[in-house]
Amino acid sequence: MATFFGEVVVAPSRAGLDEEEEAREETPEDREIRREIEKKRFQQRGEIREREIQVLWSCAEESLVCSRFIVAIGRNAAAFLSSFILDSVCWEVIGVVKLWNEWCRTSSSTNVLPTDSFCLFYRLISDPTVLLCQCSCYVAEDQQFQWLEKVFGSIQKKGLQVTILSTCPVADYKTQESTLTLVSPFLKALKTKEFQEQVCCPLLEQPNIVRDLPAA
Amino acid sequence: MFIPCDRGGGSAAPDFKGFTLLMPAVSVGNVGQLAIDLVISTLDMTKVGYFYTDCLVPMVGNNPYATAAENSVELSINAEVYSLPSKKLVVLQIRSPFIKNKYRPFCETLLSWVKSSKCARVVLLSSSHAYQRDDEQLLGTPLRYLLTPALEKAVGGHMKELNWKEMEKVAAYPGINDTDKVLHIPGGGITKLLFTESCSEGIQMAVLLKFCSEGDNIPDAFVLVNYLNEWLQLIKSEVSTSNNSSDPSSQWKIPSSWRLLFGNGLPPALF
Repeated sequence: MATFFGEVVVAPSRAGLDEEEEAREETPEDREIRREIEKKRFQQRGEIREREIQVLWSCAEESLVCSRFIVAIGRNAAAFLSSFILDSVCWEVIGVVKLWNEWCRTSSSTNVLPTDSFCLFYRLISDPTVLLCQCSCYVAEDQQFQWLEKVFGSIQKKGLQVTILSTCPVADYKTQESTLTLVSPFLKALKTKEFQEQVCCPLLEQPNIVRDLPAA
Repeated sequence: MFIPCDRGGGSAAPDFKGFTLLMPAVSVGNVGQLAIDLVISTLDMTKVGYFYTDCLVPMVGNNPYATAAENSVELSINAEVYSLPSKKLVVLQIRSPFIKNKYRPFCETLLSWVKSSKCARVVLLSSSHAYQRDDEQLLGTPLRYLLTPALEKAVGGHMKELNWKEMEKVAAYPGINDTDKVLHIPGGGITKLLFTESCSEGIQMAVLLKFCSEGDNIPDAFVLVNYLNEWLQLIKSEVSTSNNSSDPSSQWKIPSSWRLLFGNGLPPALF
């Protein structure tokens, strides 16, 4: 693509594939360099490899029996739970996710401030099969699947119902009218066909989609 | 990797033995994926399963091929499989980009699934950067094809009858040495990898691609799907009696999810 000043630039493609990644064949020299970099990162990070996620549970059971799992992803959804649902009388912290990516790092501490990036798990004291997750940190796309497998791998699913709470900017909502005239905030839902109960709001219409950890 | 849909009644996993697998490469303009959307939508194909994979960015939405309120609430994710047994056709649709460094494992798993499900052949729809064409490629048709040796024997002759143009190889070291020629598909995503792997593993694969640029790629999708139709004859191209030309474009059904591709409506306050 030629720009106004005449230089040729490569326009980013919606297709999303990194061209250089595809074209470059790794020589033995490249492999050696990559190995050294990995080793250095490993040493800097201490006990975990850079992109690996650790799920740390404070309770003794090997797998938690769960009938309802509420997951709040993003700062707004996490704040909603903090303001309206969570309290130290009815809920106890039972786990934490430790991860690092270019956008944030979480720690294994459960004593967090609302402005921190964290991912904590809570259990309802009166009904220990009700679990809740507040995930205000950003989980990178190459960590989302790992998060999913490690978290759900620790849960014994007994008639499990999962509710995911998340927010998106109104400007991203695709609609015939302009988003300026829309009354916001508003709720939309997606549900699997196994979910038979009444949904409290309209379903998300095409061409709108959900991405990242809520989608995973 | 492949998880069949539970259609109830204890139905067994679908059998794709002898079927043609049609799939897109995530490539420039997303033309392959748009063309696949047209095929699934027009032939009203049934979803038979999905790929459970960590190689693609996760996404989910409601049914992109919905035609009425009743069928609009089925969830749809990033890699789904549709089938039409009457035409022995199975279609894979990919709806999101690859996660960094994950495209190779995806290709390996995909090809081993192709072999284990005993698909007869694979047809890959793709595209390539128009600005990288050489002087000769700038003239004539922007459509190209490639066949693995395994499929060349079966359909190579038919391609010649259709007057199709095979994708040219380019010099590996242009300006230095013009004799070493390699296949180069810039902007084609996993096309080259899938094709070269299929050649070495004896898989019958055809690649159909169009040279294009990013922009409004709907017309490119129509051109590519009509190109595919010349060979596979998925829909009948009716000859119009008024001007004696066949224009199959009007017979492809645009899915409902193609609305608002270029943004929302404008705020009235702007004017």
